[in-house]
Amino acid sequence: MNVLTDALAALRAEFSKIFTVRMWWVLLIVLAGYVGFTAGILALVFGGVGGALASGGNAPQIPAAALPPIIYSIASSVGYVFPVLFGTLATTAEFRHQTLTPTFLATPRRGLVLGAKFVALAVVGAGYGLVALLMSVGLGSSILAATGHDTGLGDGDTWWLLARIVLAMAIWAIIGVGLGALIPSQVAAIVIVLAFTQFLEPILRLVATFWDWTASMGQYLPGAASDALVGSSIFTTLGAATGQTQSLDWWAGGLVLLAYAVVAGVFGYFTSWRRDVT
Amino acid sequence: MSTSTTIEIAGLGKSFGAMRAVDDLSFSVRPGQVTGFLGPNGAGKTTTLRMLLGLVRPTEGTATFGGTEYRNLKDPLATVGTALEASSFHPGRSARNHLRVYARAAGIGMKRVDAVLAQVGIAAFADRRVGGYSLGMRQRLGLAFALLGDPGVLVLDEPVNGLDPEGIKWIRSFLGQLAAEGRTVLVSSHLLSEVQQSVDRVIIISHGSLVYEGGLAELESGPRVLADSPDRAALESALLAAGADVEATAGGLAVTGLTREQVGTIALSAGAVLSLLASEHSGIEQAFLDLVGEGGSL
Repeated sequence: MNVLTDALAALRAEFSKIFTVRMWWVLLIVLAGYVGFTAGILALVFGGVGGALASGGNAPQIPAAALPPIIYSIASSVGYVFPVLFGTLATTAEFRHQTLTPTFLATPRRGLVLGAKFVALAVVGAGYGLVALLMSVGLGSSILAATGHDTGLGDGDTWWLLARIVLAMAIWAIIGVGLGALIPSQVAAIVIVLAFTQFLEPILRLVATFWDWTASMGQYLPGAASDALVGSSIFTTLGAATGQTQSLDWWAGGLVLLAYAVVAGVFGYFTSWRRDVT
Repeated sequence: MSTSTTIEIAGLGKSFGAMRAVDDLSFSVRPGQVTGFLGPNGAGKTTTLRMLLGLVRPTEGTATFGGTEYRNLKDPLATVGTALEASSFHPGRSARNHLRVYARAAGIGMKRVDAVLAQVGIAAFADRRVGGYSLGMRQRLGLAFALLGDPGVLVLDEPVNGLDPEGIKWIRSFLGQLAAEGRTVLVSSHLLSEVQQSVDRVIIISHGSLVYEGGLAELESGPRVLADSPDRAALESALLAAGADVEATAGGLAVTGLTREQVGTIALSAGAVLSLLASEHSGIEQAFLDLVGEGGSL
């Protein structure tokens, strides 16, 4: 076989690995539930109850036009941890269950295997993004429409936003692959992913808003870069009201996010992926 | 089946830090017979096989299939079939899907998956998750993976481990059949008795170095001859005069360094009547233990 057919075969094998173990739909169901719940609550609060309270002056003031993007982008601003987790699990499982042995026996070109994993997980990450959008847009727009707000779905900009959300979810999935190659211990990798995304990064992003010079660094944090790529997020909207926030252009945010995936993948390749499989 | 090739190990060595796992190892394995790769646990067998398969990078030397390294094989699974220790499965994936994943990676048709599942006798359990498999079933699944590409060369690491007596009987005839089809079959084991009945040739390593390469029969005939005479003292002095090592045992004189024929000739010319002249038949296991030099640990 030549390199191209080898690469396609390796890609088919990676898809086959993903869909022959239950993990992909277990995580997908949790993602759908989590995003649907959050987007629904948010739409109710800001669209319905929030609108009623706005006259009282206590509720957060968000212009009506900003409402749909905030609610729809819950898909990535809250849901991004699922593709990154799935990418990490898919990669560390190879180390944990020693399936790297049959994998490298079938495809001795190890770089090809890692490349195929990147592509396969990007596709699955995009699929996760689509399902997450189905929930956030489906529930969100219904509630917005029911409470007499504009759903924004007639606007081309909204659809362009949705496309960027799918892209962000795809990149998060391959960040997971890179991390998994870098940290082959599954437990350690999961703990690091959860601790960083759910705890450490939100704090860093908040602290970064205190000063100008930290804000310029804060925009390069992966979560911030992801929000910049998407262009709208509950966090940036709230952050803008409280302190210094700087945000990259959408394409720069996307490149920064992609750089995290590539750097982790390259380091992972040269540390764990090329190591002796014993 | 693809064409069988030889396995060529030349000057192979591997160090893990200060630990010397394999040292200047050279041997070759020919098609059409079952070759046993023996040595105690920790002798470097698995490391050698993993270097041969491109999974572990040799510190020095080469390991090839007829001159081609594993990583450079055009169709690796169709050239070499491999079953390494029985744990390389995702417990949540069924046996059929496990094989399908690697069939896809190697461009092998899905029909072949069903064929090898039937061949190793686990077709009835093929859609069960491997996590629930017994060690014996995992061994069979490992073997199914090895057969996936219908390869001319088979490299099997401890395939008998964990099999029940029926399974052991099955794999013995199976290995013989594979070799009879002209394939190159290399089977590792830490127990000589496990493979004794199924191998034609053995390679024995100890502490990472080759200690024996050749037929089982030569190993068995061994260097010891048992001889005795009513006039044991006369026989002993004649043998000692001929330069042999003689050890008096309860059953007679154990002679090292002479063939049975030579012992008989010396006895005749010394005029000593022989009451016993025999090759030592318990020699094979003993010879193996002597070679690997750590009988107690086996």
